[in-house]
Parts: sequence; structure tokens; C-alpha cells
Amino acid sequence: MATFFGEVVVAPSRAGLDEEEEAREETPEDREIRREIEKKREIDVLWTWKSGGCAEEPLVCSRFIVAIGRNAAAFLSSFILDSVCWEVVGVVKLWNEWCRTSSTTNVLPTDSFCLFYRLISDPTVLLCQCSCYVAEDQQFQWLEKVFGSMQKKGLQVTILSTCPVADYKTQESTLTLASPFLKALKTKEFQEQVCCPLLEQPNIVRDLPAA
Amino acid sequence: MFIPCDRGGGSAAPDFKGFTLLMPAVSVGNVGQLAIDLVISTFDMTKVGYFYTDCLVPMVGNNPYATAEENSTELSINAEVYSIPSKKLVVLQIRSPFIKNKYRPFCETLLSWVKSSKCARVVLLSSSHAYQRDDEQLLGTPLRYLLTPDLEKAVGGRLQELNWKEMEKVAAYPGISDTDKILHIPGGGITKLLFTESCSKGIQMAVLLKFCSEGDNIPDAFVLVNYLNEWLQLIKSEVNPSSQWKIPSSWRLLFGNGLPPALF
Repeated sequence: MATFFGEVVVAPSRAGLDEEEEAREETPEDREIRREIEKKREIDVLWTWKSGGCAEEPLVCSRFIVAIGRNAAAFLSSFILDSVCWEVVGVVKLWNEWCRTSSTTNVLPTDSFCLFYRLISDPTVLLCQCSCYVAEDQQFQWLEKVFGSMQKKGLQVTILSTCPVADYKTQESTLTLASPFLKALKTKEFQEQVCCPLLEQPNIVRDLPAA
Repeated sequence: MFIPCDRGGGSAAPDFKGFTLLMPAVSVGNVGQLAIDLVISTFDMTKVGYFYTDCLVPMVGNNPYATAEENSTELSINAEVYSIPSKKLVVLQIRSPFIKNKYRPFCETLLSWVKSSKCARVVLLSSSHAYQRDDEQLLGTPLRYLLTPDLEKAVGGRLQELNWKEMEKVAAYPGISDTDKILHIPGGGITKLLFTESCSKGIQMAVLLKFCSEGDNIPDAFVLVNYLNEWLQLIKSEVNPSSQWKIPSSWRLLFGNGLPPALF
């Protein structure tokens, strides 16, 4: 469309990217390139407690706490994690345009990483600190590979994450809101008391916390 | 792909044999999705399941059709299925964009689910960029339809009676006179792909679309849902039909929050 200054721009659409290129048939070269990129974007979940080789049993887990994003990860580092009570049991290795994580478990707070910890006194309690960005096309994979290693019966999952206050939709202006504040979403199977109000419409959660 | 809701008591998976599947394309202005929201909200439709798919960006929120405190806490995700057995209608709502390279896998999985659940026909609500219309399309109605050959036989006559306009084909190479004519739906998302796949798989599909631009697309959604209603007669259209569609509570604050008082 034309703008006031006369130049023609492609208007961004809320409907997402234009799909016309997708409708084109793929050449073998395109397919090869796409496969290579998909391989590069594959996620590896490496559990340090698995001896490897023979039939791997799923991890028995009663509580799984996942902290997504730097703020939530920092919260766990500051208030929950310590080297006495918790041990590292896994790491996620991934690459995307925004970040790369490695398989090392010795990380600095400023690194991008995704680590799993287990409570030594109760090995069914698992914790995940995910400060790296997991891209859209990797979120489902992350989900399947992480939860695929767990026995899910009786499992309670708690997800901690943060969103900018500016994204919060409310009748009043966000400038006058007392922030930070907590909101929650819960499945109907979660019967316990929630410690804060539920997230009102029309607010939503997206990306890895949503997945 | 389709996971039925657990309604307790070991109830069987819902049966959609002979039903009409109504669904949106994620397209310009999100008009199809807004129109579907109006249908689900007006008939207070019951959720019967969802799609477990890696093709859409994940999202979650509380019930977008909540009318009171009691029904506002049911979680809602990016692809959910609702139904009214009395109208033989099953509705799919899609709430987030497609992930790159996932259009085709989604279409294939969706159409094979349509076949396996024995839906009688699919009605796809969509839209197309208004600025790409040619001179003739600029005049007259901005609404168009498309029918797969199988459905053409069944309902083509009815739509002619309603004076509906079929979506025009365009020259494959504009400017060159004797070139093939092809279907071109700019801004239509998966519309063209789903339509062409349905044609080749013998699925009865109708596409209803409106030419529009990004902006406040609520009026476009009303126009599209009234267009649908002319044919399917979901609500009585003798009285003003627009007033009978119920706007869902999630349409609040579409254009931002309240203003800070300090601004004034």
C-alpha cells in the first residue's frame, strides 16, 4: 500500500506472514536446505542421570517447576537453588537466531541456558531454569522431549514466567497500575488454592509458557 | 490431532458424521476468526475438544466467551472445537498464526480428520487484501464464494438464487493476454491451499470471503457472518441480523488500554 510520502510498503498483517511462498512447490534443493535448517534447529535434551544404552526408564516426577525467561530464572537462582540441596540432572542444547545454549552445566547468570535440577532430599521434585529463548518452531519439540522423559501420572507442573506490564490489557492505564503484580492460569485439575488472582480476559500467555 | 474433552463418566468421543464443519482461515484482518467468535459466542457453544498440533504458535488464556465469574476460569488454547448437535454444526476456532513451513502439514492433517470424522462439508471463512482488487472488483459487493466441484452440484443453485458472486480467477501472468487463469487469494492464509487440496480429495468445501484491510475488522466480521447466515440460516434474518450476534467478552480492549489521567 502507498503511504503519505508516496513510497509503497507492505503492510504488516495481524494474520501473520504471507503464505504465497509456501504455496510454491519445493524443489529438491529447497527441500534439502529446509531439512538442513531443521536439523540445525533440533533440540537435544541431555539427562545426566541416564547411563545411556539400554532401555531408559522415564523419570519419576511428582512436582515440576519450570522458570522461563531471565527474570523467572533469576528468581529461582536467588531464592530457591543452591548447591547443597539441588543437583543438576539435565541440560537442553539448542540453537536459534536469538541464542545458543551448550551442553555445559557450569553456566554464568548472564549466559543463555536451560538446565534441570533435582532436589536431593526428594528426587521426584524437578526444577527447570530456562533463560534462553525457545523459538516458535522449537517450542513443541521442547515440550515433547522434556515431558517425554517423564512419568506424568500424578505430576503437578508449575510454570513461572514474566511479561511486560505494557502488554497487560486493562480498563485503566498501565501507568497507574501498581507493578509488579502476579496473575495465574490454572487447569481445572489443579484443585489447590492459587496464591494470586487469575488472569482476566482478554489477556493471554504465549510461547513456551503457553506450550 | 483431535483430542476430545473429557466430559467425565467415560463418555464416548463426539460423533460428527454428517455435520458441517465451520472454520476460519487465519487471514487479513483476522475476519474469519472474528466471525467464528461471533458464532460460538451467540450460540453459547460447548467445547468438545481441541487440536494437539505443532503447526500453530502456542497460546493460552482463560475462557474468551465468559459471561460470568463462574464460567471465566476454563482454559482456552490456540485450536479448539465446539459443537451444536441440534444444528449438525461443528466449529473449529484457530487463535494464533501458523508456524513457518507448517501450512501444508496442518492442511493435510485437518483434511484427513475431516474425512475420518465423516463431516458432510466444510465451510471456510476467510478474507483477502482489499488493495489487490482489480477495477471490476472495486465495484459492487466485497463478498465472494468458492465451491469445490462436489459441493457445486449440491448447493451451486442455491447460491445463484442468493445472487452471490463467485471469486474471479486472475491471469497467471498479469499483462500477458492469453495466459492461464488461476485462483489467487492474497492475504488469505491457508485458504487457497485448503481449497485446492479439498478439490483434489473430493471434499465438499465452500469458501466465503470478504475483501478487507487491516484495521478495525469488527464490522467486516459482522458482514461476513451475515453473509454466512444468508445461506446456512443459523439465526432468523427477518429482523436486523446484526443485532442478534453476541460479541464475546474477549473482544474488550482490542485497541489498547485506558488512557493515563496525567495525559490531560
